[in-house]
Amino acid sequence: MRYLLLLYSAPGAGPSSDSPEAAAEMQEWFAYTQKLADSGALLGGEPLHPVESATTVRIRDGETLHTDGPFAETKETLGGFYMIDVETLDEALDWAAKIPNVGYGSVEVRPIMEMPAQA
Amino acid sequence: MTQSIVAQVFAREWPKLVAILVRELGDIELAEDSAQQAFTEAAATWGPENTPTTPGAWLLTTARRRAVDSIRRSATMRDKMSHLVPDPDADPPSSHQLMDDQLALIFGCCHPALGPEAQVAVTLREVCGLSTRQIGAAFFTTEATMAKRLVRAKTKIRQAGIPFTVPDRTRLAERLDAVLAVIYLIFTEGHAAADGPALIRGDLCDEARWLADLVADLLPDQAEAWGLSALINLTDSRRSARVDGGGRPVLLADQDRSLWDRTLIAEGRRRLRHADTCDDVGPYQLQAAIALVHASADSDRATHWTTIVGLYDRLLQYEPTAVVALNRAAAVSQAWGPQAGLDALDALTSGDGAAGRNLESYRYYHAARADMLRRLDRHSEAAVAYARALELTTNEGERHFLRSRIDLCR
Repeated sequence: MRYLLLLYSAPGAGPSSDSPEAAAEMQEWFAYTQKLADSGALLGGEPLHPVESATTVRIRDGETLHTDGPFAETKETLGGFYMIDVETLDEALDWAAKIPNVGYGSVEVRPIMEMPAQA
Repeated sequence: MTQSIVAQVFAREWPKLVAILVRELGDIELAEDSAQQAFTEAAATWGPENTPTTPGAWLLTTARRRAVDSIRRSATMRDKMSHLVPDPDADPPSSHQLMDDQLALIFGCCHPALGPEAQVAVTLREVCGLSTRQIGAAFFTTEATMAKRLVRAKTKIRQAGIPFTVPDRTRLAERLDAVLAVIYLIFTEGHAAADGPALIRGDLCDEARWLADLVADLLPDQAEAWGLSALINLTDSRRSARVDGGGRPVLLADQDRSLWDRTLIAEGRRRLRHADTCDDVGPYQLQAAIALVHASADSDRATHWTTIVGLYDRLLQYEPTAVVALNRAAAVSQAWGPQAGLDALDALTSGDGAAGRNLESYRYYHAARADMLRRLDRHSEAAVAYARALELTTNEGERHFLRSRIDLCR
């Protein structure tokens, strides 16, 4: 099954961007991504720009509304994602638990809806 | 006549049938529906003269046929593709495979991706075969509410891809903890209902004991699984002594020990001995050991209370909770007198806050404290503590008991 791992954390929760800790964490991200790729489970994944860059689109009563900001006001915001293909949810949860910032952020594991091939 | 044959077979065969079908079909809902249809057919066609010689095999073949029918009928390509198609006439699985299937079903139903309430509901439905109405009644909700909870849980199982497999060695310990927690939750829910009129709901106790025994038997080298089944057997042995004719609770000290179920005590002792051979101590075994000390005593007075205090000391290392510390203090009061017990209680609440504050809102803390004060002849203080416990109690039987204690102190 395919799963999307959505990486949430609170802005400012991790090491500050020019610190040695941030450099060390960056190495962890590279290593993690490499491990995921080597396992054959990695389908894709990207880091995202900070939440200030988000625009939320809604249509209500036929009118299109654009809101500056994320979908919901929460402390933790979406920072990136991995798309993986593994046999079971357990494997997806294991990969989620190894994500470098899972210690101060959270990872939402979402199964991807498999659409039938069009005949 | 037919009804009772089918009911007997149901209790024995349902858990096996669903477990086999989940593996063969790869879908919990289809497995449940097919098993249900097979039993409905059995109820309609079996009679005293024509009950199949191997009812289990008959039910499996019938359920597989119904499953094949459903898959053929399913409207969408997606539904058709997501199911494995069984061969109705294939042999039933080997006993080894069957054990694996039963474990897999339990581990799937108790998967941590489901919330605790959902785990309990799905386990009672799929593993124990309780109806939605029965589960709803056990948890004081309507059948409709319980049906919704089950549908939501099964949708999550399907969409999230919750696996029905026995976890590998690296995950087994953690996942087994979740399974044992669900079983213990079912037992405590049956054993001491926090709300409502009935103090003990025997059905849930029976199901929990059956489940605990099954999981232990299927995992012979898992000490805590055996510890939990020992604990449940030993605790449940006191069931008929725990409430009086009016449905009111009877304290351990006042129970008629001739009502204790000797068969369950022997079974609990045997299971705890087996746990000992696994060489891996844990909280369920320690609690079972405490229950066994009680079960081995002819009277409350003859109970080896210092041994119990020692066991609580060890239990505190695994579960440093206010509740365990409270039970330890109660044992101290039995071993070394009410003043020693009261000192132990005061040490808990005079501590740095959180544990003490938790105890303040815990009815058994006030009841235990009241009991010690009463034994020290400090009656007016005891009455105040009993009254505080009464404020925090919703169970009718317990309320009646506490009121009678307040009267005793006046």
